[in-house]
Order: sequence, then structure tokens, then C-alpha cells
Amino acid sequence: MANGEAILEARGLVIKFNLRGRALTAIRGASLDLYEGETLAIVGESGSGKSVLTKSLIGMLDRNGWVDSGSAMFEGRDLARIKDERDWLGVRGKKISMVFQDPMTALNPLLTIGAQIREVFELHHGLSGKKADYAVIEMLERVGIDNPEERRRQYPHEFSGGMRQRVVIAIAVACKPRILICDEPTTALDVTIQAQILGLIKALQRDLSFTTVYITHDLGVVANVADRVAVMYAGRIVETGLAEEVFYDSRHPYTWALLSSLPQLGVKGKPLYSISGTPPNLFNEIRGDAFAPRNPKALKVDFVAEPPEFAVSPTHRASTWLLDPRAPRIEPPPAILAMRAKLGGSSTGAAGGRL
Amino acid sequence: MSGERETVLELRDLEVSFKLKGGGVFKAVRGVSFSIYKGETFGLVGESGSGKTSIGRAIVRINGASSGSILYKGREISGRIPKELDREVVRKIQMIFQDPMASLNERAKVDYIVSEGLYNIGVKRTEEERRAMVAKALLEVGLLPEFASRFPHEFSGGQRQRIGIARALIMEPELVVADEPISALDVSIRAQVLNLLSAIQRAKGLTYLFIAHDLSVVRFITDRIAVINKGEIVELAETEELFRNPLHPYTRALISAIPQPDPLVERKKVVTVYDPKCHDYSTDKPAWTDVGGGHFVLANAKEADAYRERIASGR
Repeated sequence: MANGEAILEARGLVIKFNLRGRALTAIRGASLDLYEGETLAIVGESGSGKSVLTKSLIGMLDRNGWVDSGSAMFEGRDLARIKDERDWLGVRGKKISMVFQDPMTALNPLLTIGAQIREVFELHHGLSGKKADYAVIEMLERVGIDNPEERRRQYPHEFSGGMRQRVVIAIAVACKPRILICDEPTTALDVTIQAQILGLIKALQRDLSFTTVYITHDLGVVANVADRVAVMYAGRIVETGLAEEVFYDSRHPYTWALLSSLPQLGVKGKPLYSISGTPPNLFNEIRGDAFAPRNPKALKVDFVAEPPEFAVSPTHRASTWLLDPRAPRIEPPPAILAMRAKLGGSSTGAAGGRL
Repeated sequence: MSGERETVLELRDLEVSFKLKGGGVFKAVRGVSFSIYKGETFGLVGESGSGKTSIGRAIVRINGASSGSILYKGREISGRIPKELDREVVRKIQMIFQDPMASLNERAKVDYIVSEGLYNIGVKRTEEERRAMVAKALLEVGLLPEFASRFPHEFSGGQRQRIGIARALIMEPELVVADEPISALDVSIRAQVLNLLSAIQRAKGLTYLFIAHDLSVVRFITDRIAVINKGEIVELAETEELFRNPLHPYTRALISAIPQPDPLVERKKVVTVYDPKCHDYSTDKPAWTDVGGGHFVLANAKEADAYRERIASGR
């Protein structure tokens, strides 16, 4: 669990991409703290910017993308200002590493998996010969691959999807990173395998004491792993809080909509709550609350002015005008009220002041 | 209750096998039997490689059945069949595919994509009639008729899946095989497409075979569920009965692994792992057994007795 110290502080990040001469603003001012030892889950649909945000922290933005403004302080350095690829080598893979969604494309099909893990030990730890071999075998054992002595000589195609993801995780944690970013690590896997992989990442986190960031759209996974949750929409973090706060006491209409549209929370035979329309076009300038056009209960002010961040509790913040003391009382959808009831019903009024 | 219901599709001892490079044969589906009744949504659930898609594809005759039979309203539709029956089946059984990014022809306009099936069955129509049908199908799935002149790349994933649904609907099918129709879509779009599928079913009295791996979605939308593991159906029951009394250890493992959007539940969750060695089938062979009220499970005599006892004590 988190011990309270911020290991990474992102402030007002703006990330833009140049697409055929037009600028697209993928991240529109995102601020986020990451605390040592915690598991943070960033939730959002595709295009919300969750992947772009984390890619900017390891210098893996596509070539047409850049950090336009803002900062991301990590170990006394501003990651947003690193321009030189050589400077990234000391961070990416070493201090902050990443597990990708599809284990088939993350591995090189032409190299044995032993060689791919070994590369990390050779490059970052300067190991060679037998020592590197032992390190590889130990790492494979650690991620739960039976018979590592034999299996390290095999190629990715000889592994099942779940086993391949274990190999990708082995490569990512071989350097004992401080932060592990998992980008949809189980989306391509079956549910039973998914449970195993999530368990493995948790066990490694305990043993190697790193901080984990999950990027996912699967709220079931989030509920399983996260200490804290950040909900992203259209390039902004609209709500952030402890997992309990976001699941049982969510405040932003987008979080409400996201939770209510889950079949797990639906009532059989009745239509599911569904979010109409599509996310905004990020080529255009967005006025007010980006979610307002899809929110049937949006306030007038939502279309005019960008909502500031309001504190619901010291750990829970949401950017919605509903939390302004002047806002009318809007009842959340039934599924959200049902979630609230699970925690014995907490206060619903607009609490907290403006930040 | 099943006695009086009209059976739309029946599988009897279906086997689907594929030739392997080395000359061997891989049996993807073995001894699968079930019936789908008119107007219901029948869920077929299994993990990747379980053979669920092979069954769906065998029903729409993309791949053949190597043995057993597939009956559509009592008539055999696998293997060689008369031309008229073929034409009828092509219309009446339609498929919706998983990935709307891969299942639409990028070079064709929506107008052609949606009406391609009409061209193929060769029924003579005037151009006006055809256009009207396309417009109607697009409206039914919540798209504008003007979209007919656009190309697939101009649409979002959810809209593309709607086009895929319109393409199935224009044929006026009775049975729709939906193979993971929402798993490639974004969370906020999934609910839209699920609602659309339900609304269309109610309006047209369609029968669905819903193939998926996500039990929470299947629970929400289906009336009955068959659970398939490694090519064999291990359990079949009405949806709520299956969740109330999961009997086969594989079903129990699958249900235990469903992620719940509820941190307090998730943190206490114990995932059970299915070990095929837990069955002792050395002398007592398993058979497809009704343990009561249409709840079928693959079990030997001893297991079936234990399952019946469990249901009795559970109630």
C-alpha cells in the first residue's frame, strides 16, 4: 500500500499531436500524483488520453506528438522536458517500465524468450555469461513459468497468451523499476488467465516494492487491483479518489454514466443505461465540461465554463459544477444510488470547497 | 416448458474438425447437442480455443460439420443441401461479427455493404426498392439513411457495428448468430449496442445465438446459457439457474473469475481453478445428464447424484 510520499507529480500536462498539419490536443491539462507503493488505475474509453498520458512519462509518444506545457517531476527531473533520446534510456525500462496489452506484438518472434529477458540484464545490469543465464532463469521462475531451464530456449510462438504475458512482465520488472505501467495487461486474455496475471503483478509488487499504474477500461479489473482511481475523459482527469470513493461515492456525471452502463449493475430485461453520442473531437477547442453534450442532465454552466476541481474529501476530487455550492441537486442514476447504499449510504450533498 | 416451444435450431452430436499440417485431425468441437427455441437468446460461453466460434461458423455454414447434424426448423442444413433450402437458410440465419473494424469492406460504400446479401440471393428488385430497404435497415439500427453513401472509415466502432447489424437485418433473418458482438467496442458504446440488440429482438421476434467469453454480459442478455470447454459442452441451464447453482467445476471456476466492479467484493474474491483431473472417468464414463428442470451437465452417474443433492440442499 501507499506510504504517502509522492514519487511522481504531473502538473497541467498538455500534450498535442500534429496530424496532417492540424494540431490535436490529446491531453488538455492533466495533473496527477503517484504515491510510492500504491496501485493507481487510470480509467477511460479509447481516445480519452490514458495511454498518451502514460506514454509521455516514458518518452514513447509517437513522433508527431509533443508535451506542449506542464511538468512531470520524477526523482528531481522534469520528464516533460527530456528531449534527448539518450536521456530517456536512464528512465525508460530502468526506472519506469511498461507492460503492453498484446503480448504477441510486444515480444520479438525471432528471438528466444531467454535472449529477450537476458538483454535487459546485459544492458542495465552489465551481467554476462552464466550470471546472466541464472538471472534469466530466476526471473522466469519468479513469474511462474515452470521448467525455466528448458523454456528459456523456446520462442514466443511456443507459449500460450497467458505465458507470453508472464514473459513480458518478466522483462518489464527485470530492472527492478520504481514504477510499472500496465497498459490493458489482461484485455487479450481469458478471464481465468486474467485473474492469474493480476495476482502475479500484485505478488511481484509486494516482493519488489514498485508502484503500479494500470491503464484499463475494465472496471472489474480496477476494482480488483486499485488503491486509487483516476477517471479520464477527453484528455482530462475528471475524477480521482480512493477506489472506495470512486466506486461507491462517485460525483462526476461521466463516472456515473460509465458505472451505470455496466451490465453487472444493470437490471435484466430493462435497457442498460447508455451514454449517447461519441466523445468530442479533440481537433476542436472544447468549451465548458467536455462531457456536457452527452450528459442529458447537464447544467447550463457546463456548456459555458470549464468546471474547476472540487475536493469531496482530502483524497477525492472531481471536476464538475455539481459540486459547486450553488448547483441544483441532481440525483445520480439508480445504479449509482445502489452502489452508494452498499457502503451504508454516505452523504450526498455538495460537500467540500473549491480548490 | 421446453416441450411446447418451437425449436428454431437443433444441433445433434455436432463435430467440427480441422486438418492439421502433419496429416492429423484436430477436433475443435465434439459431440455438441442443444436446441435453440424461437424468440430466446441462447448464450454460448467459453474461453478462447473452446470451439464456440467454430460452432457459430458451422451453423452459418462457413465451415462444415465433420459429423453430426444441424437442423433448422427440423430440416438438415449441414453438408449438401438443395438449392432452395440453401437460399432460404442464407436469408434466415445471419451473423454479426466481433470486430467491426475487420468485418466491413473498406472499399465499399455502406449502401453496398448493407445490401450485398440481397444481390447474392439474386431476388430481382428495382433499384428504388433496394435503396428503400437499405434506408430502412439503417434507421432500424439508429443510423441516418444518408450514411449509405459513405465509406466505413468515416464511422466510429459503435457505428460500424451498427452497420454490421443492419447488414444482417436487411435479410429479414429469424436466427442471428452474434459472435462476440460487443467485445471489440468501448465500454460506453457496449451498452448502446446491447440495448439495440434487445430492442430489435423484441420488435422482430428474433432468436439470438450469443457467443461470448464475458459471463457478466451473457448473464445480462441471455435466457439460457451453454458453457463450452475444449470443444465439449459441460453445462446448460437457464441463465439465473446457472448462476444460482453452477454445478460443473469448470463453470464454477469461470463464474468465480468474473471481475465485479465492486472493490469490496473483488478484494475478498477467491478464484477457483479448474483441474480436469478432478473427474474420475476411468470406469464410470460421463454422459449428458438432466439433473432437473432442464439443467444439463456433463457428468458420470456418481457426479450427477452429487449435483442433484447440491441443488436440493441449495433450495
